[in-house]
Order: sequence, then structure tokens, then C-alpha cells
Amino acid sequence: MTSVKKPPVEPAQAEAIAAVPLRHPWRWIGAAIVLLLAGLFVYGAATNGNYHWDTYRAYLFDRRISTAAWNTLQLTFWAMVIGVTLGVVLAVMRLSPNPVLRSAAWMYLWIFRGTPVYVQLVFWGLFTSLYPHLAFGIPFVHQFAHLNIQTLNAAFFFASLGLGLNEAAYMAEIVRAGITSVPEGQTEAATALGMSWSLTMRRIVLPQAMRVIIPPTGNEVISMLKTTSLVVAVPYTLDLYTTQREIAGVLYRPVPLLLVASTWYLAITSILMIGQHYLERYFARGSSRHLTARQLRELAKAQAQAQGGAGAR
Amino acid sequence: MTDKPMVSAQAVCKNFGALEVLKGVTLEVQPREVLCMVGPSGSGKSTFLRCINHLEQVNAGRLYVDGVLVGYAERGGKLHELQPREAAKQRRDIGMVFQHFNLFPHMTALENVIEAPIRVKKRHKDEVVESARKLLDRVGLADKEKTYPAQLSGGQQQRVAIARALAMDPKLMLFDEPTSALDPELVGEVLDVMRQLAFDGMTMIVVTHEMGFAREVADQMVFMDGGLVVESGPPREVLANPQRERTKAFLSKVL
Repeated sequence: MTSVKKPPVEPAQAEAIAAVPLRHPWRWIGAAIVLLLAGLFVYGAATNGNYHWDTYRAYLFDRRISTAAWNTLQLTFWAMVIGVTLGVVLAVMRLSPNPVLRSAAWMYLWIFRGTPVYVQLVFWGLFTSLYPHLAFGIPFVHQFAHLNIQTLNAAFFFASLGLGLNEAAYMAEIVRAGITSVPEGQTEAATALGMSWSLTMRRIVLPQAMRVIIPPTGNEVISMLKTTSLVVAVPYTLDLYTTQREIAGVLYRPVPLLLVASTWYLAITSILMIGQHYLERYFARGSSRHLTARQLRELAKAQAQAQGGAGAR
Repeated sequence: MTDKPMVSAQAVCKNFGALEVLKGVTLEVQPREVLCMVGPSGSGKSTFLRCINHLEQVNAGRLYVDGVLVGYAERGGKLHELQPREAAKQRRDIGMVFQHFNLFPHMTALENVIEAPIRVKKRHKDEVVESARKLLDRVGLADKEKTYPAQLSGGQQQRVAIARALAMDPKLMLFDEPTSALDPELVGEVLDVMRQLAFDGMTMIVVTHEMGFAREVADQMVFMDGGLVVESGPPREVLANPQRERTKAFLSKVL
């Protein structure tokens, strides 16, 4: 460095810009109007006796309601577990080079997307009447296990299964859209490295597809939370919607109980949305040129060290 | 040096439906040799490269890598299509570098390099990470191991891609227009890495438009047009004294 004749280029010192920020008066006016309208609505609702806020308060944390909310959450969870798992399998089948797998997946989608979920749930409720005995074994030859499923209390099981199998058909299309959004070069690069098709799917394609898959899946979870109100078709009656309706029926006051149920649905949805935010952030890693706050800090530190080192020399 | 060529193509043909892309390519590459393939776009250079690691299936002729028939197994006088597992095994020993890098965007530079050795070769992670760091150092990116591809320049991405291919200890490296997608000032850094690789004795087939690189590094140059090898020989001869009209016309445009 010292042998160089030319003087080192000194960074020109310039004053940092302190500009007057752009004002947005209309935003403030708009916000004031919206707040005023919202305030008027809340005041109106609070002073309107027909809402029966005393009943709302009495039942918001009622044991039956919170248990029902927990049941609804469990239903949502199991239905989505079935839906996502089977959905991924179906999507991969639809994109497989194997025509047998492809047609089977297509048939599944055709049937489960083509009939109403309510009808499917009624069907699963009647399953025990259609097939009262299940036998496991080789058809026409030998059965080694018999199960009389009419004796089982299987409403929760069939409700989750019915919702999950229906959901799988929709998830399959979401996952397929995600997979096809990953550029072909990715599969090629993985193949050229000697990776098998399944390894390529698992390690390269699906993690990238997740970015496309998660937002609509978040939609599906939230939608599922509310679709659970249909499980009365099975009939499964311990979910949030059916429970509040039973209480409301006895009290003869539908509005406050509906508000109770809505509050619970809204609370659960909010928690799910927070979860979705973190999931999205995880799978978005590497997708942007923008450096994360931590990376910026590290780079700034490295820059400061480099300058400090140069100055000391 | 040795009597067994690393790559031996005998009248290799490839067609996509009715479109004939390769119409009988015959060439040989010896171990430690660098072959540069030049020619106009659509002449079949990239397709030939992709046939070598069986990304495309050869329709006629025979293609051998290190003495092993590519893409098929010969049993009882008949050719059988390979099981996907066997085809994947053949590809492990052949590194490929793409025009558009095709790095895995959800993985850091280091993760890109260690992925295949760990998952495909089932090597131990600590050992793979150690050699991956050496490889990143070798391509001049030791300080970028935690960086994601989107935050790297094109030249840096391509150098990571080269390190990723090298991590599998290939006996042959294929380069498919490795500098065509780069800004002019970034081309040099990638060519430097490739030059060093050739100097270290790697067998390489390079599809390129960088005539300077070909002249300096290649042992053999092949000019392709219309799915055929039109002219081949030492690069200085092909470049300075082309024999065929087609070669002359092409070179007059690019030189």
C-alpha cells in the first residue's frame, strides 16, 4: 500500500441530508372520519339493549363454550393434517410421470371437489349404516380381524375425516400450483447433482414451493375453522357453532351467543394469522436481495473493522 | 496418456419429435483435456452437453463416459433403459454448470455446496463442510458462505455453482455457456476459476462464446452447426485457419 505513489482516494465529506418530510394531510382527515364512524357504531351497539351484552359477558367464558372452542380447534387441526398430507401426495401424484397415479389423483379431485362438503359429511355420518362391519384380510379368502364400527363413538373421527378428505382435494391444487411455480432449472440442477426425484422434491422443490403454498393454505386453515360449523351434518354436536346454538336455543337469545362464538372464532383466527406470518418469513429466506437487519449489522461491523484496520496501518 | 477416453461419442443423434437436433456427433475427449464447443445458437451444443449426463436421452449412436455407456444398459445384445436410480448414479460423477447458475435460492452458498455430498453421497456433514469451505475459498468466496444466492452478483453465483459441482468430486465437468448471462466485467472472474480448474487437470467440456478463453485454455476445439461437428482441431488452428466456409462465416461474426 505504501509503495503506491498516487494518494489514496479520500471519501469526500458531505453533510447528511435533513429534508422536510412529505406531509399527508388527507390521511389524517381520512383516519379521523373512519374513527368517528367506528366510534358511532360501537356506541350504538353498546347502548342497544337488543344485543344483550349481559348475556354476552355471562357466556363468553362459559365452560361449555371454551370446551367447544377447543373441540373446534382440534377438528380444524386434524382436518388440516389430513388435508395437507393427502393434498401433497395428490399433487405429487398429479405431476408424476406415472399415468396410473395421475389418473387416480384426477379421479379423487373430480369426486371430492365436485360434491358439496355438507353432503360428504352426511355421507360419513351414514358410513356406519352403509358398512356396519369392517373386516381386514384377503378379499373372499380369509379375514383375520372384524370390527363392528357401529359400537364405536366415532362422530369426531368421521367429522375430521370428512373435512380432511374434502380439504385434500383443494390442498392438492394449491400444492400443485406451488410446485409448478418452481423454475425447471432447479430440478435440472438437482438431477445433474445425482439427486433422485423424491430427494429433489423433498429438499429442493417443495421448500421453494412453500412460499407460494403458505398464503392460500393460511386461507384454507381459517376457512376450515369456520367450515367445522357444518359437522353437525355427521352429526357431531360438540363444536363451537352447534354448542352456542344449543345454549341460545334454551335462552331464546341468539344474538349474544352468536357474538360469543364470533369472538372466539376471531381470537383463534388472529392467533393463526400470527403463526402464518412467522411461517411465511421462514420460507421466504433467500428470496429477496434485501439483506435482513442482522446481515446489515454484520456487514456494517465488517466495514467498520476494515476501515479501523486501514486507519491503524 | 491413457487409452480410455473420458468421453467418447459415436454418431450421437438426438431428436425432439420430428426435430433433429443432433445428427450424428462423433468426438472424443481424453482425461485432463479441455474441449471447447462453439457454434451458432440452435446448433446442438447444449443438447449434446445435456446428453452426456443423461438430462436428455440419446436416440441413436453411442455415448460413453469413462468407458460406461450413458443412459442405457447393454444386456444380451439389447439396450435397456436405465432405472432412475442407476441414471442418478451415473450423473454423480459428472459436474454441470448452467448458463443461469440454477443455485438453490433457499439455501446459503455453503448449504448449496454441501447439499449433494451429504444427501446423495451420504458423507459425514463435518467433513463435507470442511471441504466445502476449501472449495468456496478456491473460487474466491470464502467470506460469502452465509449469503443467499439472491444477494450475490452473477459472477459470484456462478462461482458458487462451480464449487457446488466440484463438491461431488466429479471426473468430468460440463459448462453450458457459463458466462453468457453475466455482465462483461464479471465474465473474467468466472473464466479465471475455470482456467485454474483446467490447469489443475480437470477434464472439461465447455460450450462457450469466449473465443479468447478457448484459444488459451482448450486442447481441442469443436465447431458445431446444424447438429453436426463441422470442424475440429487445436483451437489456434480452427480460429486462425478455418477450413470450412461455415466456420469462416461464423468466426468472422464473433471475432
